[in-house]
Amino acid sequence: MKVPIEFTLNGEKVRIEVEPNELLLNVLRDKLGVTSPKYVCGIGECGACTVLVDDEPVLSCLTLAVDVDGKEVVTAEGLAREGELSVVQKAFIEEAGVQCGYCTPGFVIMIDKLLRENPNPTEEEIRQYIRGNLCRCTGYVNIVKAALKAAEEFKARSAKVEKK
Amino acid sequence: MIVMAQTSIKPSRHNLYNTHIIPVSFEYFAPANLQEALELLDKYGADAKILAGGTDLLVKMKMRVVEPKYVINIKKLKELAYIKEEGNVVRIGALTKWRQLEKSDIIKKYFPALYDAVLVMAGTQIRNMATIGGNLCNASPAADSAPPLMVYEAKVVLASKDGEREVPITEFFTGPGRTVMKPNELLKEIVIPKPEEGTGSAFIKVTRTAMDLAKISAATALKVEDGKIKLVRIAIGSAAPTPVRCRKTEEALTGKPFTPELIRETVKMVQDEISPIDDVRSTAFYRKEVSKVIVEDALMISHERVIKGWFK
Ligand SMILES: Cc1cc2nc3c(=O)[nH]c(=O)nc-3n(C[C@H](O)[C@H](O)[C@H](O)COP(=O)(O)OP(=O)(O)OC[C@H]3O[C@@H](n4cnc5c(N)ncnc54)[C@H](O)[C@@H]3O)c2cc1C
Ligand code: FES
Ligand code: FES
Repeated sequence: MKVPIEFTLNGEKVRIEVEPNELLLNVLRDKLGVTSPKYVCGIGECGACTVLVDDEPVLSCLTLAVDVDGKEVVTAEGLAREGELSVVQKAFIEEAGVQCGYCTPGFVIMIDKLLRENPNPTEEEIRQYIRGNLCRCTGYVNIVKAALKAAEEFKARSAKVEKK
Repeated sequence: MIVMAQTSIKPSRHNLYNTHIIPVSFEYFAPANLQEALELLDKYGADAKILAGGTDLLVKMKMRVVEPKYVINIKKLKELAYIKEEGNVVRIGALTKWRQLEKSDIIKKYFPALYDAVLVMAGTQIRNMATIGGNLCNASPAADSAPPLMVYEAKVVLASKDGEREVPITEFFTGPGRTVMKPNELLKEIVIPKPEEGTGSAFIKVTRTAMDLAKISAATALKVEDGKIKLVRIAIGSAAPTPVRCRKTEEALTGKPFTPELIRETVKMVQDEISPIDDVRSTAFYRKEVSKVIVEDALMISHERVIKGWFK
């Protein structure tokens, strides 16, 4: 029996009917055309399907779609503003934190949230925070560099705002 | 053709059964309060499964290990997510997420072994989803919250339509995936007595990779007074059908003068209090060998934490 749900997806209201056994990841990708969350392991091991639900990073492969009724969902698509990539997204490009790119949306969501929680993370804190995200290509070095670079950029921006 | 190496260890079935979907349909309920949840549980009992964080249940449903007819999502029961101090005990609501434990000064201050366990449990996203109640009810011998809760002698409060009962955590597990809970019961709360002043505790987990379940784990609590061991508790995970307390080793240590040599000699006994198996993560032989080492290390850390002071 289908259940009607309503939630915000990257700032826009979405109304849709889903089966109780449908996973958020599949609804996002197959029904709503939002394909940045990736299906990799499907059992919580890799973090490629990470999305923000009410501003907390969770795994959309282990979340029932019915469960986001009334909530706010943000994917990597939602981090870019008016066609401009976010600070974290740009840092990933500049530091070559992307190779095949399959893991990237998950990492970008994680680093974005980390920097909002802790604007001044150490390398160790970054690695601890992203321990649930796997990357088969980069070896993580450039991902951590991208995170540190994005942190610098955030700091520079808030310093500018303070001066004003 | 893929040729499998000759081994007694069964390969993981994950790749055989893991599909993109949950290949079972079920009737879904999202009760608004505890009373409603308990009535649904009473009605559907063994045919129903409670969904808390879903990080164990949905994986099992994807693999068709469980195929419930009814799923009762209890995430709306916000009244079951709390960590509060009350006199000599701390109460943790069953729906409290691991991430809340990680951020809690109460857990860090009173229960260092549980705090150690949080820091090695899965990753940030799983900690944001998974609950401590789900960890216990799932009843894996590898449940990371179990050994710490055992050395703190925690109790769990089980609720049903007919009322509530308290069960010591040491009597809660009955086998892999099995507990003393009746089909109409729900785990409501975990009650942990604050350790006596001067007690140190620690948890050590051995894994293949950072994110994995334990090959073996151990929690200890220790209080030394006038150079003698006044209180010692040892619990081991992933080395028997349930997490276990090592009472014989505890008895052998109690009252003795605390010395590193005595600890090293006596903890050899723990290998006879566990009954590990060979599986995908490790072997029985390895687990027995390592049990001694991690119990010794955990006891030494417990001791050191009292001397150096743990948390101000
Ligand atoms: C990638 C990954 C890594 C993991 N790593 C670890 C790890 O390092 N250490 C570890 O210990 N675990 C680990 N787990 C397992 C899992 O995340 C934990 O056991 C978690 O705490 C389960 O909680 P949950 O809320 O998600 O439970 P759920 O999946 O919602 O429920 C688990 C079981 O308990 C029952 N249940 C849940 N809550 C209640 C309740 N209040 N009353 C009665 N029954 C209830 C459910 O019906 C179900 O049978 C991992 C899982 C994944 C996917
Ligand atoms: S696809 Fe969700 S964690 Fe791997
Ligand atoms: S860039 Fe290929 S998996 Fe990370």
